[in-house]
Amino acid sequence: MFSYYLQLALRSLKRSPGLTVLMVLAIGFGVAASMTTYSVFRAVSGDPIPWKSSKLFVPQIDMWGPKGRSDNGEPPDAMDYADAMALQRAHRAKLQSAMYQVSPSVVPTGAGKHPINVSGHAVYSEFFPMVDAPFRYGSGWGDDADRQRAAVVVISSKLNEKLFGGANSVGRSVSIEGKDYRVVGVLDDWNPQPRFYDVVNTGGFSSGNEDVFLPFERAIDVGMPNDGNTNCSEIPAESGFVGLQHSSCVWLAYMVELDDAAAVSAYRQYLDGYARDQQQAGRFGWAPNNRLRSLPDWLDSEKVVPSDTKVSLLVALGLLIVCLVNTAGLLLAKFLRRSSEIGVRRALGAQRTAIYAQFLTEAGIIGLAGGVLGLLLTGVGVASVSWVLPKDIASLARLDAPLLVLTLLVATAATLLAGLYPTFRASRVQPAWQLKSN
Amino acid sequence: MEIGPILASLRKHRIPALLIVLEIALACAVLCNAVFMIGARAGEIRLSDAIDEQGLSVVTLTGADPERASSEIPRNLDALRRIPGVQAVAVLNTMPLSGNGWNVNFTTRPDMKPTDKGSINSNIYLMSEGADRALGLRLKQGRMFGSEDYASSTMGATFAPETHVAIVSERLAGRLWPGQSALGRKMYMDKYWYQVVGVVADVLRPTRAGAGLPGIYDTVFFPMQPTDVLNYYVLRSAPADRDRVARQAEDTLARLDPGAVAEGKTFVDMRGDFFSGASSMVWMLVLVCVVMLAVTAFGIVGLTSFWVAQRRRQIGIRRAVGARRGHILSYFRTENFLLSAAGVALGMVLAFGINLYLMQHYEVDRMPWYYLPGGAIALWLLGQAAVYGPAHRAAMVPPVEATRSG
Repeated sequence: MFSYYLQLALRSLKRSPGLTVLMVLAIGFGVAASMTTYSVFRAVSGDPIPWKSSKLFVPQIDMWGPKGRSDNGEPPDAMDYADAMALQRAHRAKLQSAMYQVSPSVVPTGAGKHPINVSGHAVYSEFFPMVDAPFRYGSGWGDDADRQRAAVVVISSKLNEKLFGGANSVGRSVSIEGKDYRVVGVLDDWNPQPRFYDVVNTGGFSSGNEDVFLPFERAIDVGMPNDGNTNCSEIPAESGFVGLQHSSCVWLAYMVELDDAAAVSAYRQYLDGYARDQQQAGRFGWAPNNRLRSLPDWLDSEKVVPSDTKVSLLVALGLLIVCLVNTAGLLLAKFLRRSSEIGVRRALGAQRTAIYAQFLTEAGIIGLAGGVLGLLLTGVGVASVSWVLPKDIASLARLDAPLLVLTLLVATAATLLAGLYPTFRASRVQPAWQLKSN
Repeated sequence: MEIGPILASLRKHRIPALLIVLEIALACAVLCNAVFMIGARAGEIRLSDAIDEQGLSVVTLTGADPERASSEIPRNLDALRRIPGVQAVAVLNTMPLSGNGWNVNFTTRPDMKPTDKGSINSNIYLMSEGADRALGLRLKQGRMFGSEDYASSTMGATFAPETHVAIVSERLAGRLWPGQSALGRKMYMDKYWYQVVGVVADVLRPTRAGAGLPGIYDTVFFPMQPTDVLNYYVLRSAPADRDRVARQAEDTLARLDPGAVAEGKTFVDMRGDFFSGASSMVWMLVLVCVVMLAVTAFGIVGLTSFWVAQRRRQIGIRRAVGARRGHILSYFRTENFLLSAAGVALGMVLAFGINLYLMQHYEVDRMPWYYLPGGAIALWLLGQAAVYGPAHRAAMVPPVEATRSG
């Protein structure tokens, strides 16, 4: 029976090619616009570390007090040196690391090579297991290297390619800011987006590479300055990088791993206890106002997804709805034009369900055709976002199997939805009335 | 034209009529908001900037030895000045639209703290001697810095410049001292004070920090001796030379300081990079608007054609009893006018609602009222244009159609 309806539908579509093309175009464009913007939206709102994001938390401490809070009472979204070090020393979470962004110069070996600026982070040893950084060669450093402020470095595969031609460089040395560092690990291709461990400094998305990771206290020792943002509620009393460490300015990112609810509430209590201690010591003149957000909540509160992306998605959805209403109208026109045909079929004994099946098949074919067109246009759209959108975001949008299936599904489902009312009207055609008038 | 018969016939085709109304309403709502956002973004991209943007090239130098800044900066400036076609050079701590902001809160009273609510966040530009000529700053009141100002200004012990003179933008002068002259007044930052000696035409900030777009012109200029915080070298040349100048300047600085990283760019490119997000949004919205208007127009054509086909006999009868072609034409036009009117009325309400929603959730401004009638007129014209073809075909139906059955 279905193949018969298929034949009928194809014949009917061929009878009015203009109208058919119009509907297919409308569905195709509507779906393509939505899917293209959705692919970008999906890319930027995705969870960068889905298997672990619920165990990663970002603590915030209210070291500035009421004056420094944002309008809705939020404490600063980064840490000052004193508090970050206190948390690091207390070591209450399973894994934790303070970190800051650095941009040292690296001199490639070989005569006449120009130094290059690389970016990276100064981190503690627990950073690597915490964020599940994948290694190609070697591994991160141990906590003894943290304590000894050892001159060790973990480099990206890209930097490894540039400096060592991609060979296993563990044990070799790299000249960073004029000093030699021993390579202990080479990362695999690892470019999490958003850059979840330091959202404040990267704004979430960064086209730049993370090329070096150095031991935190080593970087502090050699005075490698902060390359990220610094926010101050008052002017630091001393100048320079050391002055920054003694000030209440916030410039450090902090992340902890807490494996279960008990650990989370224990850590929360610890933070509040710490703030109360500071209050008693006279450093804070206010009650504890800490935050401990899980990674997804943190990304949300930092507004990592650009609002432009969300608005684009809404606009594209608006377009899809216009296209659907348009298709509903055209299908209605098309189906009702065939009232006499329906009348004949009904008079010959066709059930209403048969009429439903016939016309929904027709709508489905249009939807499928629109979906295929939409797929092509989405392909073009996703390919061209790279010259329309900022590179760091555009490079994330891609056409993959789930998106393909979703495009076809949305197109077909939407057209079937649009076809429901026209089909309902078609099935209500009175056979006697239609036959009489002819 | 009588409206009664049209309404009576629309009542018979309630759902198709409703679909057209709905389509026009949705299109109107989306169009108003999209055009409003296009306008806002386009305005942002074209924000004026009182420097010689067309002739500027900028080279950033990172990784230079801070200890030797006082001797290397004059040497670098000398070398850059010798590049053919360069009219003026200087070095600053940052540049408009560079993305590298130096944001500070200023107050107008010594007893106010920078964190107090009344303080105004603005960007500070620290400039070397000659930067006013290199940038092409336009003095509106007062004076530019003199040689003695540059010589006596240092970076001091903290992040604040150690100097007592400042030049503010016109916009910031108006915000700090509304309705009064800024000249000679003092602005404060914690324990520091600066006296305003000049007011310049509005220069953009490096970032959208502070009050966001409304605060984009809150900028203060300070004189500065050659120190390590100055690393944005700016060169002014004829617009035709700027690409070559940017390239040569980058090579020059890389050669002079092999341990540092030099990166040259024209200011026009910097502006393009800064607004790339906004311009991509504009193109996306324009595309959506075009597709949507096309879909709406074709939808109206399709549905009206269907109506015309359905009513050939009635049209024939009307023609047979004396109606002229013009009558038929105006019948369909009026019908479309009524449907469009209902559509845009609903659409304007919807557009307003969408704007309110976007304002609440996505940092979108309030849409000025005139976008609503603007969108309404656009949709109404579109409807009239779309209906012309089918209406014309209806008018061509011969009276003899009345005698045919079926």
